[in-house]
Amino acid sequence: MLAKNTYDVVVIGSGPGGIAAAIAAKQAGADDVLVIERDVELGGILLQCIHNGFGLTSLKEDMPGPGYAQYYIDQAKALGVEFLLDTMVLDVTSQRKLYLSSQEHGYVDLDARALVLAMGCRERTRSQIRIPGMRPNGVFTAGTAQRWVNVEGWMPGKRFVILGSGDIGMIMARRLTFEGAKVERVLEIQSYLSGLTRNYVQCLQDYDIPLQLNYTIKRILGKNRVEAIEAVQVDERWNFVPGSEEIIPCDTLLLSVGLIPENELSRKAGVLLDPITGGPFVDETFQTNVPGIFAAGNVVHVYDLVDWVTSAGFEAGKGAAKFAIAQKQQIARYIPVKAGRNVRYVVPHRLDRLALEQGEVHLQLRVTRPIEEDVWIEVHGEENQIVRRSERYVRPGEMVTVVLRPAHAAEVAKAGSLTVDIYPKSEA
Amino acid sequence: MQEKFDYIIIGGGVVGAMIARWLSRYEGSILLIEKQADIGMGCSSANTAIVHAGYDPVPGSLKALMNVRGNPMWDQLAGELNFAFERRGDYVVAIGDEEIPLVEKLMEQGRQNGVPGMKMLNGAEVRAREKLINPEVSGALWASTGGICDPFQVTVAAAENAVMNGARVMLDTAFEDFIMEGTRIIGVRTNRGDFYARWVINSAGIYSDEVMHKAGVRPEFFIKARRGEYYVFDRADVQIENVLFPVPSSKGKGILVTTTLHENTIVGPNANVIDDKEDSGTTKEGLDELAEGAKKLIPSLNLRYAIATFAGLRPMGNGPTKTPGLNYNNDYIIEIPENVQGLVNLGGIESPGLTSSPAIAEMVVDLLRDAGETLVEKKDWDPIRPARPRFRNMTHKQRQLLCEMDPHFGRVICRCENITEGEIIAEIHAPIPAVTYDAIKRRTWLGTGRCQGGFDMPRVVNILSRELGIPLTEVTKRGSGSEYLFRPTKQVEG
Repeated sequence: MLAKNTYDVVVIGSGPGGIAAAIAAKQAGADDVLVIERDVELGGILLQCIHNGFGLTSLKEDMPGPGYAQYYIDQAKALGVEFLLDTMVLDVTSQRKLYLSSQEHGYVDLDARALVLAMGCRERTRSQIRIPGMRPNGVFTAGTAQRWVNVEGWMPGKRFVILGSGDIGMIMARRLTFEGAKVERVLEIQSYLSGLTRNYVQCLQDYDIPLQLNYTIKRILGKNRVEAIEAVQVDERWNFVPGSEEIIPCDTLLLSVGLIPENELSRKAGVLLDPITGGPFVDETFQTNVPGIFAAGNVVHVYDLVDWVTSAGFEAGKGAAKFAIAQKQQIARYIPVKAGRNVRYVVPHRLDRLALEQGEVHLQLRVTRPIEEDVWIEVHGEENQIVRRSERYVRPGEMVTVVLRPAHAAEVAKAGSLTVDIYPKSEA
Repeated sequence: MQEKFDYIIIGGGVVGAMIARWLSRYEGSILLIEKQADIGMGCSSANTAIVHAGYDPVPGSLKALMNVRGNPMWDQLAGELNFAFERRGDYVVAIGDEEIPLVEKLMEQGRQNGVPGMKMLNGAEVRAREKLINPEVSGALWASTGGICDPFQVTVAAAENAVMNGARVMLDTAFEDFIMEGTRIIGVRTNRGDFYARWVINSAGIYSDEVMHKAGVRPEFFIKARRGEYYVFDRADVQIENVLFPVPSSKGKGILVTTTLHENTIVGPNANVIDDKEDSGTTKEGLDELAEGAKKLIPSLNLRYAIATFAGLRPMGNGPTKTPGLNYNNDYIIEIPENVQGLVNLGGIESPGLTSSPAIAEMVVDLLRDAGETLVEKKDWDPIRPARPRFRNMTHKQRQLLCEMDPHFGRVICRCENITEGEIIAEIHAPIPAVTYDAIKRRTWLGTGRCQGGFDMPRVVNILSRELGIPLTEVTKRGSGSEYLFRPTKQVEG
C-alpha cells in the first residue's frame, strides 16, 4: 500500500529527463510529485556512464554520469519530490491510472493528474539487425556490458569485437581496454561514424583500436560461447563484398547498433508514436496526443547530449504541473449532490458551482418509499439551507423536481456538497 | 555401488519426457539421462509449437498413425499437466487456383489417415478469417483439430510429473555406450558412471541412430539433421491470430506464418538438410528464404518487427538403404528389436513428433507389456502436475493477492514479458531445477521480448547465483562452457 493514491504529477523513470521533469513540476507549483524508478537507485542509465563529458553545456562543468545525475537528484530531494524505487510500472491508462508492482508495496494502482513518461531507450539487439549464425553466450548489447562492468563490477569477456560505432560502443571499447581486455575491432556498416567524433578520438584513436567503416558481421561462430565472428565488407547498398570475409577470433561481441525509444507503456495509454523517431508526437510543452500525458528525454527521440535531455525534462515537468493544477481547479468547481433522507438518488450527481450564474438547474430525484402526507423537500449544504418547498405527498412512481435558481448561487458557493432530504412535516 | 533401475531412458526431449511420465504410472524405477544442462534443449525447444491434425503424413505410415492417435490426447494431457494448449485449428492456404488441387489432395490424405473435422473453404471465407492474408488466396483446408501449445512447458511438465511420481532425472549425463551381456543390454555407460537397467529406451533424438548402432541395431538407419530456421515478431506490431500453412512441397510442410500462445507471430521453418548435427545456426540465405515464404501468405509482413531468430534441428530418418528392399521411408521407428534384448528403440521422430509424443509413450508401454512386462499401476500415482503462478496472465486483483502472499512476485525482472522474481525462484527450486538462464527462459518466457534479455539478464544471473549458492562466474546460459562472466573488474571507478 502507498501513502497516497493520487498525485499531481507522476514521472516514470529517474534518468535525467525524469528528474528534471520532477524538479520543474515542483517549481511550477505542483504539490505532490512522484518519481517511479524500476532500478534500486535513482539516476537511470547515467549511473553506468562513469566516463566524463556530462554537463558541459548546461552546468559548464565536465562531470561523470553519476555526478551529473546526483546534482539534479539532490535538487529534486530538496524540493520534496517523492520517490518509489525498485518499482515497475506495468500499465498506464489514457485516464492516467497507473498499475505498479514492487516487492515492498506489492501490486498497487494510483492516479496521476498529469503524467510524464521518461522511460528512455532500449538498445537494438542482434535480431533486429538480423545477424545470422549460432546463438552462443557472449553476444551482448553495449549497454548491458556497461552495466556488468561499471555497476556490477564484473568482466563479461576477455577478447571483444564491437559492432557499431555508437557512443556507448566506443566508450566501452576504451573502458574494456582499461580493464585489461583486448578490443580487436570496431566495425561500422555505414561509411561514417554514428557517434560523436570526440568519442572516436578519445576512445578509439588514443588506444589504437581499429575502426573499420563499411564492415559488418556475416555470422557468429561458437556453440556455447562466442568463438569468433566473420567480418565482411559491404558495398554502398550493404551487400557483402565477396572475398572480403575475415574470421576474427573473440569471446564476446558487443552491439552498439542504435537505440529505440521505450514506448510500450505509452502505447498502452493510447499515445501515438512517430514512426520515424519511435517516440510520441508532442507539442512544444512535450504533451502527447493524450491530454495530461507528457514525455521527456530519450523516450521522445534519441538525444546526443544529456544537457538537452535535462532541458526537455524541465519543459515537460512545467507543462505537467500546469495541467495538474488546472485539473485540480476544475475538480474544485464541482460539488457532489447527494441523496439524503428518503431519497433514492438525485440527478445530476454533481454540480458545477458556476452553472447557477448561467441559469437555473433542475435536480430530479425519486424517493425510497411512499409518504402519504405533507412533506418538506429540502436542499442543504453542510451548514446552510438552500431551498425548501412542500408537497402533499411523494411516491416512488412519481419523479420529484427541485429547481435551483441564480438567486441560490451565493448559498451554493458556501457548500462543499448538496444533500436533498424529504421528510413528513410531522417529523420536522 | 551399482545403481540398478527397471527402465533407463536416454534423452530428455519431449518424447523421453512423455515416456518417463507414462512409465511413472507403473511400479518400477526409472532413470532419465540427458546430456545437456536441462531437459528439452534439442528439437523440443526449437519447433513450431503446433499440435498437428494429421493430414500431412503419408497414409499407412507409423508417422500418420502416431499423429492421428496423439492429437486427441492433448486436451487431457494439457489438463493434467497444466501447460498452455489451445485447439485453434489450422489452415493450409492455397494461393492461386493452381494450388487448389494440392490442398484437396491433402484433405483426401487426411481422410485416409482418419482426421476428423476438416473442411474446404473458399477464398472469401479465408479472407474473412484472416484479414492480412494474401488477396490472391483461392481457398484453404481448415482442420479444426489442429492446436498450438507451449512446447517448452510440455516437456518440462511431463518430466516433472514423472519426477513427482518417483522417476529420477540426471542432467549433464551423456550416454557413451551400452553395457551388454551377450545380446542382452543390461545398462548404460555414461560420463557419470555406469547405470544398470532391465530395459533401456533409446529416445536420443537426433543422435538415436548412433545410440542404436552401439547396440548393433539397424546399422543402415541414419539420421540427418534437418535445420529449420524461424523469425519471431514483436506482438505489439504484428498480430496474426491463425495458424497458416502454405501448400506443402517436397521439402516439408513449408514456411508457416503462425501465432503462438505467447501471442508472438512466428515465421518458419525452412528445411535444409545439413551434415553437422550441432549446427543450429541461422544463415543469411535461410532467413531470406523465410522472408520470401512468409510474404507468400502475408504480403504485408514487415521484417523490421522481428525480435528474434533461431534454428532447430530435426532428426530426419533415411529412406532407401544399400540393402535391396530395405527402405526406411523417412518414417518413425518405434520397436523392440529382435537381435538384442532389453532395448526399446526409437528413431527418426521428426515432425509431427511433438504431436505424436503422448501416443509414442503409450505405444512404448504397450510394447513393453507385449514383451511380457507386468505393469502394475501405482496406488498413489498422481497424474496432475500443478501449475505455477504466471503473473503476466493474471488480473489486477489476482496480482495483488499473489504479491500479498509472496512479495517476490511484486518484483518484475523481465520488463517486456512481465516475469517476476517469484516465478524465477519457483523455477530454480522446481522438481527439475532450472539452473541456467535458458532453462528459466524456456520455462517462463523471460527474455524473449523486444529487448531480448538486455534488461533482465544481469538480474537473473544474480538471482541464479544467490539461489544456487554458486559464484557469479559459474552461472551459465546453457550449461558448462557458456558462462557469462570471467572475473571481477580491477576497480569500479566513479
